[in-house]
Amino acid sequence: MSFNVETYFSDLSNGNQIIYYKGNIDSDLINRVLDTVEAKMVNGNEHSKLRKKVYNVLVESLQNLYHHVEKVPEGFEDQTSEKYGILAVNKVDKGYTIMTGNFIRADNVEMLEEKIKRINRSNHEELTELYKFILNHQRISSKGGGGLGLVDIARKSGNRLEYSFKEYNGNSSFFYLKILVSENK
Amino acid sequence: MEPIIIDGTPKTPTIKFDAKEGVFEIKGRSIPENSVEFYKPLVDWLDLYKETPLNKTVVNIKLEYFNTSSSKCILDVFKKLEAIHKAKNDVEVNWYYEEDDEDMLEAGEDYESIIRVPFKMIEIVE
Repeated sequence: MSFNVETYFSDLSNGNQIIYYKGNIDSDLINRVLDTVEAKMVNGNEHSKLRKKVYNVLVESLQNLYHHVEKVPEGFEDQTSEKYGILAVNKVDKGYTIMTGNFIRADNVEMLEEKIKRINRSNHEELTELYKFILNHQRISSKGGGGLGLVDIARKSGNRLEYSFKEYNGNSSFFYLKILVSENK
Repeated sequence: MEPIIIDGTPKTPTIKFDAKEGVFEIKGRSIPENSVEFYKPLVDWLDLYKETPLNKTVVNIKLEYFNTSSSKCILDVFKKLEAIHKAKNDVEVNWYYEEDDEDMLEAGEDYESIIRVPFKMIEIVE
C-alpha cells in the first residue's frame, strides 16, 4: 500500500515553485521559509495586502505541521526527521498557492476531514463566528495549537481548502492540503 | 511595580507594560511556536497589577502579524483587563491596524465582541 509520498506531492504541487522543502519541520526551518517567501514577495513588488495574507497563511500552515505531524511510518525512507513534512509555495496568476503534506494517523482522518468539510461549507461570517467560538471556549492543547489554524487559514485566504488523504499503510495516511491566497479576496 | 520591557524579535513583539503610567503596549510580530511561554509572565504581571490598578489604563496594540497560538494568549491578556474594567476602573484598548489590513481590523473586532472593554480601532495611514 505504501507509495512514494514525494512523487505524489510533486505531482499535485507542480507549477511555478518559489520554495520547496521536505524534511524536518523545526523552528529554524519555519523562520527560514518565512524570510525567503517574504523576501521574494517584496522583490516581486506584491501588494502589501496580498503579502500579509500569504505570510499569515504560511505561518499557520507551517505551525500546523510543527504542532500536529505524526511520527513517520515504519519503513519510510526518512526516519531521522522527528517532524516530517513537505511544503511548497507556488506563484500563480491570481496570487500564491501554499501546499503542505504530512503523515497523520489513519484513525484521525475522519475527524480532520469532517473539520475541513465544515470549514468549506461556511461563508466568511460563519467562519468568523466559528473562530470566535473556538478562541473563547477552547484551551490551547498540549501540542500548542488551539484548533484555530485551519479556520484562520480559510478565513484569511477566502478560498476553500483543497485536500486529499491517501492511505500509506494500515496505521498511517498522507494528508495533502492546498490553499490558494488570491489578490482580490 | 517594576515595568516589563521586552525587545521585539522577528517572532515576538516589543512589550512595554508600565504600571506607573498605566500604559501598556504590544507591538510588532507575535508568531512564536510556543506563545504561552512568551505571554505567561505578562499575564502573571497583569494579575498583580489588577490588585492596585491606576484609575485609567491605556492599552496600545500595534501588531503587524499574530498567529492563532498568540490569539489565545492575547485573549488572556484582555481577560485580565476586563477584570480591571469590571472593578470600576477606566480601561481603554487602542487597536491599531495598517491601512488596507482588513484582517487585522477584523481581528480587533473579534476581541471587541468577546471582551467587555471599550475598544478604539485606529487606522495607521502611511
